Amino acid sequence: MSAGTVAAAILLGFAAGLLAGLFGVGGGILFVPALLGLGLGQLDAEATSLLAILPTVIAGTWRQRRYGNVRWRVALLVGFTSILGVQAGVVIATALSEDLLRRLFAVLVLGVAAHLAWRARQPTPYAAGA
Amino acid sequence: MPLVLIGLVAGLFSALFGVGGGILIVPLLILATEIPARCATGTSLAAIGITALAGTILYAFEGGVDVDVGYAALVGLPAAVGAVAGTTIQQRVPVRALSLGFAALLAGVAVWLLLP
Repeated sequence: MSAGTVAAAILLGFAAGLLAGLFGVGGGILFVPALLGLGLGQLDAEATSLLAILPTVIAGTWRQRRYGNVRWRVALLVGFTSILGVQAGVVIATALSEDLLRRLFAVLVLGVAAHLAWRARQPTPYAAGA
Repeated sequence: MPLVLIGLVAGLFSALFGVGGGILIVPLLILATEIPARCATGTSLAAIGITALAGTILYAFEGGVDVDVGYAALVGLPAAVGAVAGTTIQQRVPVRALSLGFAALLAGVAVWLLLP
């Protein structure tokens, strides 16, 4: 693996964290491509991405808690019910071919890109003071 | 009830694509509750912590799937620094201009993924 690949992975990781802090996401949309670039298969990249999300959201939550932006009761309810969905997602992901999974993931990335571009044209709901 | 549905859908999405599910949680929280937008992003991060932990554990026990701890640290630790920077920026400036930059980055990533 070249130094350039490692540097690109670190930069994409940092960009994923910026996304997480700005938009309240985990950053997986950039972790997965970074891990694919490092040579992992689609399924391994997705599983590893979920682990990489942990330090990201722990740091983000810690900061947002200090700003008073975390509703814990809601977060715990959504988080714990998500476990049921996670179980179903693992079953589906492992049943699909990695090639199909990668294509579906690419469509997701395109959708998120379109969503962000559309959002950039709207009066932002996340503006300072909003 | 809407919160339970949000959790189920976000969890399915998370494990299927290896993401946190925040792209669904944040807008759905804003639609379904009276939580203000920035609180929705903070609350989403906390929920994703539970989702991603569950996904990591379930995948780790899945035969034929490897969770690579070294690579997770390689991208996840710079991301933790990025998340601190991102939340700080979010409190101070409108993020509208940044949305377009990220849209362009993701469009590039999608093209790369779709190349044979």
